[in-house]
Amino acid sequence: MSHHEKTQILDADGIRRALTRISHEILERNAGTQDLVLIGIRRRGVPLAQRIAAKIKEIEGTSVPLGILDINLYRDDLSRLGYQPVLRKTEVPFSVTDKKVVLVDDVLYTGRTVRAALDAIMDLGRPKLIQLAVLIDRGHRELPIRADFVGKNVPTSRRETISVLLQEVDGIDKVVIEEAEK
Amino acid sequence: MDLKRKDILGLQDLSAEEIELILDTAEPMKEILGRDLKKVPTLRGHSVVTLFYEPSTRTRTSFELAAKYLGADTASIAVATSSVQKGESLRDTAKTIEMMGIDVIIIRHSAAGAPHLLSRYVKARVINAGDGAHEHPTQALLDMFTIREKKGRLSGLKVAILGDIAHSRVARSNIWGLTKMGAEVRVIGPPTLMPPDIHKMGARVFYRWEDGLKDVDVINVLRIQLERQQKGLFPSIREYTRLYGLDEEKLRCAKPDVLVLHPGPVNRGIEISPEVQDGRHAVINEQVKNGVAVRMALLYLLMGRGEEDVLTA
Repeated sequence: MSHHEKTQILDADGIRRALTRISHEILERNAGTQDLVLIGIRRRGVPLAQRIAAKIKEIEGTSVPLGILDINLYRDDLSRLGYQPVLRKTEVPFSVTDKKVVLVDDVLYTGRTVRAALDAIMDLGRPKLIQLAVLIDRGHRELPIRADFVGKNVPTSRRETISVLLQEVDGIDKVVIEEAEK
Repeated sequence: MDLKRKDILGLQDLSAEEIELILDTAEPMKEILGRDLKKVPTLRGHSVVTLFYEPSTRTRTSFELAAKYLGADTASIAVATSSVQKGESLRDTAKTIEMMGIDVIIIRHSAAGAPHLLSRYVKARVINAGDGAHEHPTQALLDMFTIREKKGRLSGLKVAILGDIAHSRVARSNIWGLTKMGAEVRVIGPPTLMPPDIHKMGARVFYRWEDGLKDVDVINVLRIQLERQQKGLFPSIREYTRLYGLDEEKLRCAKPDVLVLHPGPVNRGIEISPEVQDGRHAVINEQVKNGVAVRMALLYLLMGRGEEDVLTA
């Protein structure tokens, strides 16, 4: 299936502003950085979490612990995929127990990735609470899951694809919406 | 990159890319072993059976724990107390197990080729946990994982395998695997314990440790299989220890940062001296931990795909 680019939703400045606002909201909601940790979901949740951590450092002067989560072992569709996703390491080098965990991902869609991530975090310990930060919320939830911090809400059809491109992974910062060609 | 095969029978028929995928997948698996809660739900609803026709503690336990940590159910058949004693054939035993809904059969057998035979009779995936003196693929994979973890690479390393090469499936699987990954493999042992065609597998043959151990990065010490040594292949255990047992003197011949591996169980003081076994070069205990991670990786990669995609090896 080939895609053609339809619309750019965010450019580099747009992404930067959205992450700055999310960082402020995280600090406001949690009254600072006490017990706060960030965990990015592979792949593009990781650079987003790193940027939020850097922004928080800029605002508050404190470094928050940063973890990386690979959710493939917790997926609910492994037996339907017909292939095994490539596993990467989960790197959460701190205890999540009694922490305020902010889970970070690029796009919130069906909610299944977040469900897997929640189970994965619960296996690592018992956090005080878990919040969800996403750059894009595109709707079409299949599970009762919502985001606490959203960069931009983008109403989409299921035929469309949202692509978040980030400097660290893709060499450019932008978010585009693409529609499958008929 | 995907592991498109039904069974893991040996390293002879795995490609370098497949070996790399298995080793890469074992890394995230090892992280799970360091957790307080060592359990992920990945293979929930799948079942794994170990069918061992030869005694084993670490390989069998390692496979069972690997399956359990991934959420699979396990059963184990100890042949000594099974229907095999009533004369049941390998084929019938396997079919019976399969009809109970088993997804993976892990087999160890004294006859070379038994896992290959089994794999043709059953739809279940088959993993070879050692067949005669032929192959022991998971041991070689965990050895390579351990070396790669410590040295950062396999390609270009000089790896010596020391001891009873003739009876060793560990040696054969290591030679296949390491040469595919670009390492230089040397085998060192007495002529009576050296199979005639071993150089055709790509290994250089040495009979004297002074030559073979020179400047090597890794020494994999094989267990003297005392249960197989009734045929007078070397004059005495003491002489073997003097000529081929790895001690600190022989170790000095290798690179200063040499790694010492042993597949276990160790005959302490025979093929390896206690000083070396417990010394700073040995990674024998680490190998055991890595064995579970590598077996988790294999179980993960073999499972969870549609039958139609699977190619029989």
